[in-house]
Amino acid sequence: MKNILIGLCLLTASGSLMAGSKVIATGGATNIEGNSGGGIVPWATINGYSSSDEWSVNTFSGRVGVDDFTLDSFGVGTSFNNQWELSYTRQKFALDTIGGELRQDILGIKYKVAGELLYTSMPQISVGAQFKKNRDFALPAAVGAGDDSGYELYVAASKVFFDAIAGRNLLLNATVRSTDAHQTGLLGFGGEGVGHKLMFESSAVLLLNYNLAVGAEFKQKPNQLGFADEQHWRDLFAAWFINKNASVVLGYVDLGDIAGLTEQTGFYVSVEGTW
Amino acid sequence: MVKYILLAATLALTACQHSPESSLYQRLGGESGVEKIVDGVLYGIEHDQSIVHHFEDTDIPRFRRLLIEQFCELSGGPCKYTGVSMQESHTGFQITQAHFDALVNHLITAMQQQKVAIEAQNEFLAMLAPMYKDVVYR
Repeated sequence: MKNILIGLCLLTASGSLMAGSKVIATGGATNIEGNSGGGIVPWATINGYSSSDEWSVNTFSGRVGVDDFTLDSFGVGTSFNNQWELSYTRQKFALDTIGGELRQDILGIKYKVAGELLYTSMPQISVGAQFKKNRDFALPAAVGAGDDSGYELYVAASKVFFDAIAGRNLLLNATVRSTDAHQTGLLGFGGEGVGHKLMFESSAVLLLNYNLAVGAEFKQKPNQLGFADEQHWRDLFAAWFINKNASVVLGYVDLGDIAGLTEQTGFYVSVEGTW
Repeated sequence: MVKYILLAATLALTACQHSPESSLYQRLGGESGVEKIVDGVLYGIEHDQSIVHHFEDTDIPRFRRLLIEQFCELSGGPCKYTGVSMQESHTGFQITQAHFDALVNHLITAMQQQKVAIEAQNEFLAMLAPMYKDVVYR
């Protein structure tokens, strides 16, 4: 949490530094896995504000606090040409009630295949891969996970519809992800009888103006670990794109049951800096 | 619950929407509004090192007149655009996505400075955004 506050102070103090040419908010926020997206869903958008032949870098820090768990995410990323996105994220999942913590590293890559978020009737379409590695595997192994690492592939389509609802612009996103992760990998990967499954994720975001947006997300989960059910995730969020260098996201999350502890709901907060 | 919040948000936004009777041209500020928006765009271009070189050989007064005509006609005003097609006027200029993005930013800044309502801005952007394919990488 301290990281988040320090980050926010630095960002708001930094004013408008070097930033790319893209229109504000079109780099999206950064989700808990370090990808340009909403809070829990990776979008087809490319992080930061680098347009054609431009570079950008970004960093983010986020926290999800639900009844019995706290997930901290921290990451850095770089983007080029509004086409490539590379990210590295570390997650720390504190088991507040059970005791202990589970850490995971995520390397992400995304490539824009077609379309332009704002300018083409075809949605912007990107493909991405995430390589996830547990740094604490004793507990996941004990509850049935087969691997301490896994990969996920996804394809995402995003489009901004101008003047869609009450004169506001609407961003819709749909993502299909192939995964064998348990609780996004925090409880490991694979195991007996566990294979890659296709999961659907989506986001709807209303841009109230250039700087403020409200949205809702859904993330389907595979529920392949025998010891305890995992459930689909949902969130509601408000994002404030202060300028092209700083943004803040606040949200409400419903993560369902986790490791046998039921109805995990709580808050989400994330700050991001982009240059 | 999500459904109700979204519904409530939609209703709240609908309530503060502008009455649809006035044309987009009126909501952009009519003749003087459109002129000021175009002047704002020109100011943005002039001070933007990344795109100003595209206008080195441009007859600026003529460009200004044509842009005003185009914005006026597009938004439903009493004008007729007398220039060539977007595709024709941009071919060979090697305009990139970054150049196009930069111009969009200047237009947004100009509309914000004129205090154009966000609904009108979005309606106008919706008309201009599809021009991307006729302008970029031609």
